[in-house]
Amino acid sequence: MPRPAARALRETGFYFGVAFFVILAAFPFYWMVITAFKQNSDLYDVTNIPFWFNEPPTLEHIKYLFEETLFARWLLNSLIIGLCVTAITLVTAVPAGYSLARMTSRKGEALGITIFLTYLVPPTLLFLPLSRIIAELGLQNSMWALVLVYPTFTIPFCSWLLMGFFKALPIEIEEAAIVDGCSLFGAFIKMAIPLSIPAILTVVIFTFTLTLQEFVYALTFVSSSDQKPITLGVTTDLIRGDVFFWGEIMAGALIAAIPVAIAYNLFLDRFIAGITGGAVK
Amino acid sequence: MSAIAEPVVKPTSRFHFIFDRRAVLETVLIAPAIIYVLLLVGLPLLLAIYYSLSAYTIYDPTWKFVGLANFKQILQNPTFLDTLRNTFVFTFGSQLLGLVLGKFGAFLLLQPFPGRKIVRALIILPFAVPVALATIAWQWMFDSLYSVINWTMIAAGILTREEAPNWLGNPYLAMLCIIIINAWRFFPFAIVIFLAGITAVPQDVIDAATVDGAGFWRRNYQIILPMILPIMAIGLIFGIVFTFTDLSIVFLLTMGGPGGATSVLGFAGFQTGIVSGDVAHGAAISLFMLPVLLVVVIFMLRFIRRREI
Amino acid sequence: MAAVLTRDIVKKFNEVAAVDGISLRVPDGEFMVLLGPSGCGKTTFLRIICGLEQQTSGDLLIGGNIVNEIPPRARGVAMMFQSYGLYPHYTVRNNIAFPLRTQRVPREEIAKKVEWASQLLGIDHLLDRRPRQLSGGERQRVALARALVREPTALLLDEPLSNLDAKLRTSARQEIRNFQQRVGLTTIYVTHDQVEAMGMGDRIAVIDHGRVRQVGTPPEIYENPADLFVATFVGAPPMNIVSRNGGGYLGFRPENFLPRDMIEDGGATEFSFRVDRSEYLGSERIVYGVMEGFDSKQPITAKLPPAHVAEDSIRPGEWHPFAVKNSALRHFDTSGNRTTSH
Ligand SMILES: Nc1ncnc2c1ncn2[C@@H]1O[C@H](COP(=O)(O)OP(=O)(O)O)[C@@H](O)[C@H]1O
Ligand SMILES: [Mg+2]
Repeated sequence: MPRPAARALRETGFYFGVAFFVILAAFPFYWMVITAFKQNSDLYDVTNIPFWFNEPPTLEHIKYLFEETLFARWLLNSLIIGLCVTAITLVTAVPAGYSLARMTSRKGEALGITIFLTYLVPPTLLFLPLSRIIAELGLQNSMWALVLVYPTFTIPFCSWLLMGFFKALPIEIEEAAIVDGCSLFGAFIKMAIPLSIPAILTVVIFTFTLTLQEFVYALTFVSSSDQKPITLGVTTDLIRGDVFFWGEIMAGALIAAIPVAIAYNLFLDRFIAGITGGAVK
Repeated sequence: MSAIAEPVVKPTSRFHFIFDRRAVLETVLIAPAIIYVLLLVGLPLLLAIYYSLSAYTIYDPTWKFVGLANFKQILQNPTFLDTLRNTFVFTFGSQLLGLVLGKFGAFLLLQPFPGRKIVRALIILPFAVPVALATIAWQWMFDSLYSVINWTMIAAGILTREEAPNWLGNPYLAMLCIIIINAWRFFPFAIVIFLAGITAVPQDVIDAATVDGAGFWRRNYQIILPMILPIMAIGLIFGIVFTFTDLSIVFLLTMGGPGGATSVLGFAGFQTGIVSGDVAHGAAISLFMLPVLLVVVIFMLRFIRRREI
Repeated sequence: MAAVLTRDIVKKFNEVAAVDGISLRVPDGEFMVLLGPSGCGKTTFLRIICGLEQQTSGDLLIGGNIVNEIPPRARGVAMMFQSYGLYPHYTVRNNIAFPLRTQRVPREEIAKKVEWASQLLGIDHLLDRRPRQLSGGERQRVALARALVREPTALLLDEPLSNLDAKLRTSARQEIRNFQQRVGLTTIYVTHDQVEAMGMGDRIAVIDHGRVRQVGTPPEIYENPADLFVATFVGAPPMNIVSRNGGGYLGFRPENFLPRDMIEDGGATEFSFRVDRSEYLGSERIVYGVMEGFDSKQPITAKLPPAHVAEDSIRPGEWHPFAVKNSALRHFDTSGNRTTSH
């Protein structure tokens, strides 16, 4: 039995630890929020205490973003890219994940690992040849180049993720359907797919967030402002010469980050299960 | 009776369908994914290797084969050796820091306390938010004039305004900055990986160890740690691969500066191959990542194989 | 409905034969039970019949047609899986209707047949539920209804009762048997439980290591086991087997091994039996011991009728005169096969 004093000390220490981590993790986002809604006169006055509003908050940065910059266009571009990449990924990765899960031979397993490993091939190794391929296809400087390239990492990742989910699906259900008159393909369409809607939803969310997070390919393949996705636009286009428009940049970053942060928090456990591939089971 | 037996009589040809063979269907279903990956990952990888052995630039697109000349030139360039060193410092510095933070964070999050869910959600943020956006927020926090970190230290009386560091202008501090940002980005990932591992350790194993007289440290380091090692290794592989090949943090924060102090492989490859258009040398620089990736891949394959035994 | 015939079916998994040459004839309307220990290849054999596995060699005929190359959906066979394989995302109604839908049966006819099948199995009040809202017994009936509804050429059941608790099992056994007789459906029923096999089968095929050891009616299997495996696998406790001088084995059921004075005269063989241990089971007493002059791997068992239970005349540690009627003795040769004449 620890004495009460020692216990109180331990608890205080514990909550200090928690507070440290929360501040470490969340302060930059707090800083985004504060900056995004501060008036410029407040922002650039070093005599002010920077942690809160010394003058009333303002929406002027956000207004400026939407009225004076291509921000809305970037949002739209990101949305289009995300939707197209998600569609391509679903159409290829759902069958692939199913096939990998149902392959009985060891060949299937080797194939699954190979597909997953391609997810680890980094953009910085591929961007040079890919930029030539994109030029050959006439897609340079266009967001469609990103639609073409992003599936190179979403397909392996999602195939792997879906393989795990399909493996957990009792095969008896599909076999019952096959005996009841379905073809093999029919069992996949009528049984495996409806039963893995939650997994497919996870894949949709992750594909979308992966496309939103991507930066290297966007930077490499797209240079005209009106073709940029939102992360690239916010981080490279709001700087005029040497002048950073911090209020606008932080507002833009905030708007782009919020949906991704929410999606991650909702689907984190599935995501972790996906990348660790059941390594502990 | 005969009406029921009927379907069996006729269908031999009508139902003799190629997709009824499992092997065929499996191949057909996986083919699109394989083809996509072969065309846009496999082919470019081969192309990258070829570029690095050629004299290809965007101004002079030639397939002229020059052997290992590009690699020789690169290795004779002292700036490149700095880049290589920076990459290792950046990778291992940030992974180490991230792991330490992750281990402690996981230890805290393992205890039940009110508001744990919200705390977890907040701690996940650095990993969830696009790295480019987070980096730009850090850049603002490291600003030479308006740095909130400096402001706090001055306000706390630790520094005077004259002593306030120029975070991104000093070579050592700049390296420290990119390490901190990357560790900051990965530590939530390390936390979740630790947590996933620890919660997967069956409680009865821990109980059995406790009954057998294992104390807190013994339980932690002789029972739990070995059991979560596989999952940790996978997490670490991710961290290493994506840090070693990173471009975004350096590109947005320091542009490799000051004076090349934070130039890493990904950035150097980008500058040479894309910005300067010297594709051959850029590819050669990028290819220096490959040995590290291969080591990681081999490690992972062996690892997965061992897990199956 | 149709007869099912297999000719020397072999199935190898990586060179190991799970099914090792099974030839079996199940006539139209028969209830055939496949009985064998776990891992002997029963499931694999069923899966070959319905087409989920392709045999390595051998022929499969349903209704007189060779269906080796025909995909499952065209074989018209229904199968009930061990854990039923109900479709979790469909209601009971749609579960039952599914086999009809795949065959593009007209809508009104589907409704009619679903009603018929669900009434037959007494589940018409459950039609709008989903499988997870059903109890084990109800799930089993839904699975049966789904198997029945399209009037299959044959019905295959793979240990259908193993997921039910002991009480339900007895009534479910009865139910399956009843409705099978009513519909007259060719049925192949797989189990490792000899009580199920004896109680339900028109005939039983005893399987071991992928081979059929014996096919026969339950009394044939019990009374005249074809070999030592069948003799010792069927019956609880199993048949006593002792080595015979001059080679071969002698077998007799525990209930035929009685104190000498309980057997009326006329053709009995006497043995001297030493009781080591006895178990009182209420309706009977099982005694274990050794027989003078005979080797046996297992203790010899005798199942004594209630009359002897009260008397307590069989005391452990003593030698008693026991006997078996000659007509109840079974002879096996050195390789374990039963020799008919003796
Ligand atoms: N898909 C498979 N791959 C390899 N071996 C299998 C496969 N299915 C069954 N087996 C093996 O075949 C044998 C028979 O299995 P099974 O038919 O399931 O037996 P039962 O149903 O009588 O218990 C077992 O030894 C089993 O391990
Ligand atoms: Mg079985």
